[in-house]
Amino acid sequence: MCTVCGCRSGETRIEDGAEHSHGHHAHHHRHYGTGDAGASVPGMSQSRLIQLEQDILSKNNSYANANRRYFAEHGIFALNLVSSPGSGKTSLLVETLKRLGKTHACYVIEGDQQTTNDADRIRETGVPALQINTGKGCHLDGHMIGHALERLATKDGAYVFIENVGNLVCPAAFDLGEAHKVAILSVTEGEDKPLKYPDMFAAADVMLLNKTDLLPYVDFDVEIATANARKINPDIKVLTVSAQSGDGLEDWVDWIGTARAELFAGCSATDAAE
Amino acid sequence: MHEMSLCENILGILLDEAASQNFSKVDRVCLEVGPLSGVEPEALRFGFDVVTRGSLAHGAQLDIFEPEATATCAACGTTAVIQDRFDPCPSCGSHLLKIKTGEELRIKELEVS
Ligand SMILES: Nc1nc2c(ncn2[C@@H]2O[C@H](COP(=O)(O)OP(=O)(O)OP(=O)(O)O)[C@@H](O)[C@H]2O)c(=O)[nH]1
Ligand SMILES: [Mg+2]
Ligand SMILES: [Zn+2]
Ligand SMILES: [Zn+2]
Ligand SMILES: [Zn+2]
Repeated sequence: MCTVCGCRSGETRIEDGAEHSHGHHAHHHRHYGTGDAGASVPGMSQSRLIQLEQDILSKNNSYANANRRYFAEHGIFALNLVSSPGSGKTSLLVETLKRLGKTHACYVIEGDQQTTNDADRIRETGVPALQINTGKGCHLDGHMIGHALERLATKDGAYVFIENVGNLVCPAAFDLGEAHKVAILSVTEGEDKPLKYPDMFAAADVMLLNKTDLLPYVDFDVEIATANARKINPDIKVLTVSAQSGDGLEDWVDWIGTARAELFAGCSATDAAE
Repeated sequence: MHEMSLCENILGILLDEAASQNFSKVDRVCLEVGPLSGVEPEALRFGFDVVTRGSLAHGAQLDIFEPEATATCAACGTTAVIQDRFDPCPSCGSHLLKIKTGEELRIKELEVS
């Protein structure tokens, strides 16, 4: 249960931001479809057919679209990092923030089933971070991100990095409102992962091949991994990086800057056209 | 686990519809689940029974319609049925396929009273 707005959010717990006060709680996101569950009308008992044609994820998509609007209105560039557990999402974020955080306002939303370890690691870099614990839940959803954004009090023009729960399966289906999903695959996991978990690599716009410092010790062919990802997603951008040695991180940080510029260039172009 | 949370989404939609369309019981739910939706129909059935227990959809019949996955090839223009996302174009072998159908994850219709 969300203690702020009373929305039912199962076992999810969002860390309390330090300056968060319920008194002037801004609740920028609307709640979608919270109809009164108890409403029933006596005397209407004949069976009837309702054609619905409604997407099962429509509620999540509404929350995600509200987040996307919020990002657009505030000039925020948001990325959703997805991978299996231990591929190096937090390590890469820490290294990214050491480079980007010096010159730009950055925020991190961390998703894990339990512990605040990852948010603690991010905060050590001086960047504000908020931990969401999903309990048994295996992915972040648009609603959780909406609440996290209220608590982060993000500056306009900031970068927001969302580290999803380590899971190569269902985070693919849940739009959070991000500009891009970034899939991280470490070289110790095998080059066949894009074929085994195609939905994730279809949903991502970028694949970071991480832990390249370990390439001399493992049987992993970057070309094959790239070809496999492109069988699923011909347009996917592939970058090789090592959070450990720093190799490739400049290209990654450059990509972030370019993707941000492209997103907002597109926005002002459509604004001007309207 | 994923299917469980999808079933909670389904129940949420049923509760909303019950309020807006004035019904108190769901007798049948018809879903469309494409082979590329990432969802296992059997797991969905299991989750549905668990999640709807004691709700307005307790004991409802669950029909799952599984449409074919199709894709159009950007290299040769062929539209064909595929089984998996990594399948090549059956006529030219290219992987430049644009998925047309198969990602559906929808409630098609409800029988309510
Ligand atoms: N050799 C090497 N180890 C790395 C690299 N990046 C991360 N690691 C190690 O991999 C382990 C997991 O890294 P994390 O950054 O915690 O991975 P994660 O994806 O955030 O993990 P979860 O949040 O638990 O899913 C740690 O022991 C890291 O030190 C790398 O580039 N090279
Ligand atoms: Mg982590
Ligand atoms: Zn809420
Ligand atoms: Zn999940
Ligand atoms: Zn073809």
